[in-house]
Amino acid sequence: MQEWANQLCENRQFGSKMTDSKYFTTTKKGEIFELKAELNSDKKEKKKEAVKKVIASMTVGKDVSALFPDVVNCMQTDNLELKKLVYLYLMNYAKSQPDMAIMAVNTFVKDCEDPNPLIRALAVRTMGCIRVDKITEYLCEPLRKCLKDEDPYVRKTAAVCVAKLHDINAQLVEDQGFLDTLKDLISDSNPMVVANAVAALSEIAESHPNSNLMDLNPQTINKLLTALNECTEWGQIFILDCLANYTPRDDRESQSICERVTPRLSHANSAVVLSAVKVLMKFMEMLPKDLDYYGTLLKKLAPPLVTLLSAEPELQYVALRNINLIVQRRPEILKHEMKVFFVKYNDPIYVKLEKLDIMIRLASQANIAQVLAELKEYATEVDVDFVRKAVRAIGRCAIKVEQSAERCVSTLLDLIQTKVNYVVQEAIVVIKDIFRKYPNKYESVIATLCENLDSLDEPEARAAMIWIVGEYAERIDNADELLESFLEGFHDESTQVQLQLLTAIVKLFLKKPTETQELVQQVLSLATQDSDNPDLRDRGYIYWRLLSTDPVAAKEVVLAEKPLISEETDLIEPTLLEELICHIGTLASVYHKPPSAFVEGSRGVQHKRLPGSTGSGESVESPDTGSAAGVSDAPPAVIPSQGDLLGDLLNLDLTPPATTGPPPPATSGLQMGAMDLLGGGLDSLMGDESEPVTTRRERPPIPLRTGTPQSPQTLQQSPSPPDYSPTELGGDLGGSSAMGAGFGAAPAAMPAPVSGGLDDLFDLGGGVGMPMGAFSPPKIVWLPAMKGKGLEISGTFARRAGVFQMELTLTNKAMSVMTDFAIQFNRNSFGIAPAGPLQVLTPLSPNQSIEVTLPLNTVGPVMKMEPLNNLQVAVKNNIDVFYFSCQYPISMLFVEDGKMERQVFLATWKDIPNDNESQFQIKDCHLSSDAASNKLQGSNIFTIAKRTVDGQDMLYQSMKLTNGIWVLAELRLQAGNPNYTVSLKCRAPEVSQCVFQSYEAVLKN
Amino acid sequence: MIHSLFLINHSGDIFLEKHWKSVISRSVCDYFFEAKEKAEDPENVPPVLQTPHHYLISIYRGKLFFLSVVQTEVPPLFVIEFLHRVADTFQEYFGECSESVIKDNVVIVYELLEEMLDNGFPLATESNVLKEMIRPPTILRSVVNTLTGGSNVGDTLPTGQLSIIPWRRAGVKYTNNEAYFDVIEEIDAIVDKSGTTVFAEIQGVIEACVRLSGMPDLTLSFMNPRLLDDMSFHPCVRFKRWEAERVLSFIPPDGNFRLMSYHVSSQNLVAIPVYVKQNISFLETGSCGRLEITIGPKQTMGKMVEALMATIHMPKSVLSVSLTASQGSYTYDITTKILIWDIGRLNPQKLPNLRGSLSMQTGVPKPEENPSINIDLKIQQLAISGLKVSRLDMYGEKYKPFKGVKYLTKAGKFQVRT
Repeated sequence: MQEWANQLCENRQFGSKMTDSKYFTTTKKGEIFELKAELNSDKKEKKKEAVKKVIASMTVGKDVSALFPDVVNCMQTDNLELKKLVYLYLMNYAKSQPDMAIMAVNTFVKDCEDPNPLIRALAVRTMGCIRVDKITEYLCEPLRKCLKDEDPYVRKTAAVCVAKLHDINAQLVEDQGFLDTLKDLISDSNPMVVANAVAALSEIAESHPNSNLMDLNPQTINKLLTALNECTEWGQIFILDCLANYTPRDDRESQSICERVTPRLSHANSAVVLSAVKVLMKFMEMLPKDLDYYGTLLKKLAPPLVTLLSAEPELQYVALRNINLIVQRRPEILKHEMKVFFVKYNDPIYVKLEKLDIMIRLASQANIAQVLAELKEYATEVDVDFVRKAVRAIGRCAIKVEQSAERCVSTLLDLIQTKVNYVVQEAIVVIKDIFRKYPNKYESVIATLCENLDSLDEPEARAAMIWIVGEYAERIDNADELLESFLEGFHDESTQVQLQLLTAIVKLFLKKPTETQELVQQVLSLATQDSDNPDLRDRGYIYWRLLSTDPVAAKEVVLAEKPLISEETDLIEPTLLEELICHIGTLASVYHKPPSAFVEGSRGVQHKRLPGSTGSGESVESPDTGSAAGVSDAPPAVIPSQGDLLGDLLNLDLTPPATTGPPPPATSGLQMGAMDLLGGGLDSLMGDESEPVTTRRERPPIPLRTGTPQSPQTLQQSPSPPDYSPTELGGDLGGSSAMGAGFGAAPAAMPAPVSGGLDDLFDLGGGVGMPMGAFSPPKIVWLPAMKGKGLEISGTFARRAGVFQMELTLTNKAMSVMTDFAIQFNRNSFGIAPAGPLQVLTPLSPNQSIEVTLPLNTVGPVMKMEPLNNLQVAVKNNIDVFYFSCQYPISMLFVEDGKMERQVFLATWKDIPNDNESQFQIKDCHLSSDAASNKLQGSNIFTIAKRTVDGQDMLYQSMKLTNGIWVLAELRLQAGNPNYTVSLKCRAPEVSQCVFQSYEAVLKN
Repeated sequence: MIHSLFLINHSGDIFLEKHWKSVISRSVCDYFFEAKEKAEDPENVPPVLQTPHHYLISIYRGKLFFLSVVQTEVPPLFVIEFLHRVADTFQEYFGECSESVIKDNVVIVYELLEEMLDNGFPLATESNVLKEMIRPPTILRSVVNTLTGGSNVGDTLPTGQLSIIPWRRAGVKYTNNEAYFDVIEEIDAIVDKSGTTVFAEIQGVIEACVRLSGMPDLTLSFMNPRLLDDMSFHPCVRFKRWEAERVLSFIPPDGNFRLMSYHVSSQNLVAIPVYVKQNISFLETGSCGRLEITIGPKQTMGKMVEALMATIHMPKSVLSVSLTASQGSYTYDITTKILIWDIGRLNPQKLPNLRGSLSMQTGVPKPEENPSINIDLKIQQLAISGLKVSRLDMYGEKYKPFKGVKYLTKAGKFQVRT
């Protein structure tokens, strides 16, 4: 700084310009004294010049606080500029000189009553910026006056001042009732005042997530929409962001808001445009899809988004991050706009990478030729990161658009011919994925790949190549030599490569047992004896035991058919996507993380959800809403990547049921056998750790996995942007990472709820037998005879011997005989469906009743219901079809193996964010803790541990739903106190309410 | 909302800081410097950075970083837009936006920042309003001020601040009433090796210079408004009229402003005014390469192509070039590896041509990448999209203004791949 000032000094000597740089010459010692004298000068002009010098020094970070009293003395002046300068100074130094700052108070109070509104506003504005507690007390009265000032300029400044004051002393603002005044200002006649009031309230609300500050109702919304048209661009942003928090009552209101917001799409300010896009994207959810307006709106969204891409690169970046979300949610908006995402060579790298991402998302059969031509062009660019991503993108195209796969592969081969090291390595990694997607199609290129073996120096590429060699060992003559060459430096390799090498050699051995016995022994001993890595060791032991016990079984396991990989590997998990769509334009949308994951101090930020459609019973995942649907249309064996399976109810319908099981049925029996052997083996290996064994028994086929071990941590709704390709390389059986997690080889891996969607398909019907006495509510009338044309249906649900069933009493109260009974369920939250037809064999004569038991399963189609446990039923007989809905106790869905290991429980409890915890009270219950525990166990709520603190018993319990969602509970009860407290923690907090109801029902029964 | 602003020069010195709330230590910028270090090129610094307690949102303009610190969840576009507005304001006040000019006017800069933002909320960003409150420096005024003790801060409430038309002040008076409109179009295009257009679109703006007394109400209509795909308007434009009648109806701000910007996308056919025939090759053996470029007219609508210029970013291994240009002159910067060929006017009878050899570093493999050619050009009196203004009417005032419309086509991001 000194240097710079000196330089300026010289400038001045030579140039002696009339600029502010002259104020920077006061750096020498003693200058402070000089300034002091000048500040106290009688001459106005001299004073002003002195203050300017002071400000200039302050601006560059020099300490001029010693001049505080002298500067404050200059405050009483008619000269507006001087006043402003002094205010600037005050704002900066008041904090460090609080006592001195009090001196200024009187002038502020006086200025707040000045006839000139500019001075009044300036005074109230500055006072708010003085962050000294003592001053805030004096601020209240003037602020109150200014909030009601006749001049809107003053009011709007005062509105912001409330936010400032709140930041300094929140309690004071509440006590003084300023929040209410602020709320009143939303109805102000001046749009600027409205906008500032909204802005101030939003800022205050952010630090008070639960306060109901923004009480939005149709009247206030109307006010906001009116102000929207007339306020400044910045005000429009605040108002639009505020509107986005509103949930319209119905599609009509939604449409009318959309209509009034649409003109904002033509604003010159891109932030206004993006905020408007947010409002529209959110409210569109409520519009029926068949509405003409819906289509119009979709069309209107594309051009402004495209235009954002011609703005400055920084704006482009934010726009692209948001477009990435929009494209995932509603691909139809931009599907014809592929070309605008083509990369220009002088785009900044951060723009290039984002554009590339979106190109892949938009790639389809229609435009794939263009996209590929572009990608090939990019693969010869200068920037290494970009080139790598371009090469990967080619692989993704191949996987996404089947018709293009061949062209992609030949493009990749061309690129491998360039011999550019990083290009070759990337190409090999993606070709491995292509093999996984299209087995037995492109293996002819293996020879070319093998030529490049020596140039691979990155672990991922090495691992990919080893996988390929192992997988196709029978077609590569010198596979053993190739693998052997890797083995030499086994301990220097990264874990990823080591694991891959182990698996590849085992595969090789199973395929060519005669020649490679030595090799396999070598690798097994390297892995088990010389390695410190538990994953590697475990896998080594498993293979060893498997091979030594039953080579046939080993073959079945290791060489089993692999599940195909999904085509979209990095889709954002649907619930997160929904939340992010509600946050378009915010930092959350740039990071693709929910605000709760990173916004500091956002205690319990409310998760935003898209409103559901009010149209017909259409679910959010209806076919035209994008990629999610794309997955379910895909061939049934495709397993969605990890994100998709995360424990939320909604995304269960992404998992195509019934056909997901990877092992072909013919071999499964054999595998079971193998598994038991294994289980025993593991027992001895792992001593007391019985958990993995039990979990393995329950999930027969896949204890092994070849991919990188993933800790449960990374499988949680990991906020980091998903990796491009599944890191699971081998996936001998559990190829996709989602499966891998469930079948985790690492003993510590918890039976992640993540995998539930899949493995419960295996579990079904495999009930282990259960203690009797499961709670079943008494029968109630579901369909009164009045509505059923004489048919009365009463019923209940029960879980008997592990079988979930519906128990019905059908009564004929009509005059004629009833026949031809049938039953059907609507889609529901847990996919409950009848496991067989309704068994009413004999005709039901008048006044006769019959008891029927209908076994149920949970493999039906899934749709989230409100309430969650609502079930809509249609019963048909020879007279008519009747509809009714009933609610099943969610405890019916608790499965028998819902007992979690202690350690796992602890880890999971910690791992589930506190936001997901909900607490409930159960009143008037008079059970001892043991009795309660027994009772709950009857309904598959298992007590894992009990702790007694100060006479209070705490039971830790777990239960698992049929769709694999785990619910953890803490039940607190105190002898003599009939009120229990239940705390529930679950990754899908929606179920908590229902679970609580079950608790209450079970305990009180 | 926006918490603080740091201005950082090319070499990474913070030369100005402004805090709108509590003071945030400069050390927060260290995260930015780290990212800057990593990005190598200043253009490549990611605009949004996360630090443990703050978010840093920055723009890069005129070799300066405008770095804002944000503590809560705010729309990043809002911050970026605002930062560009700050840079625009400096540009307008001081003629340029550079470190030296900001240092020279540091007090005005500080006053401006104080007026533009209050507690992180934008206050006055319209240059009309700002200029009424803080007068831009002129040599004359600073001389007068020093003599008379006058100040450059206005002491009345800016009239525009509160009216429904905040962009226009009341009581404007001119002896010559005039309204000029410039329709400026930029062609963004990617042309591939074989001369096929991969992608092309037109970004257009209408810049206005309106000096009219009183409260004129103008209506501007086009011959062919349906041409436009997406429009963004100055807040003064009445959107409803545009929706209904496709005319621009507005009460203009006083002085220069951007009336609208528009976008003609690749859906329509975009005329490409020139073609480029090129051949750049690097020989496998030896240390040389060849370059030949010819530029000729393609779809110029009978107008003259002027200020033609080709810029090529050569691979690192190109040490020097020895070329002959049939027209214009070329320069090659050996540090940045940028070859610029300044051609000037395009003569359709005698096509400009640049040819010669490139000398390469020996011992390095031949470059993988193919350099792209960036084209600059200007065509006067033509809006390449075909957009035409049909008439301008004025209501609300009695006098007769001078009116004029000019058209100009420029190359925007016009790239030819080789």
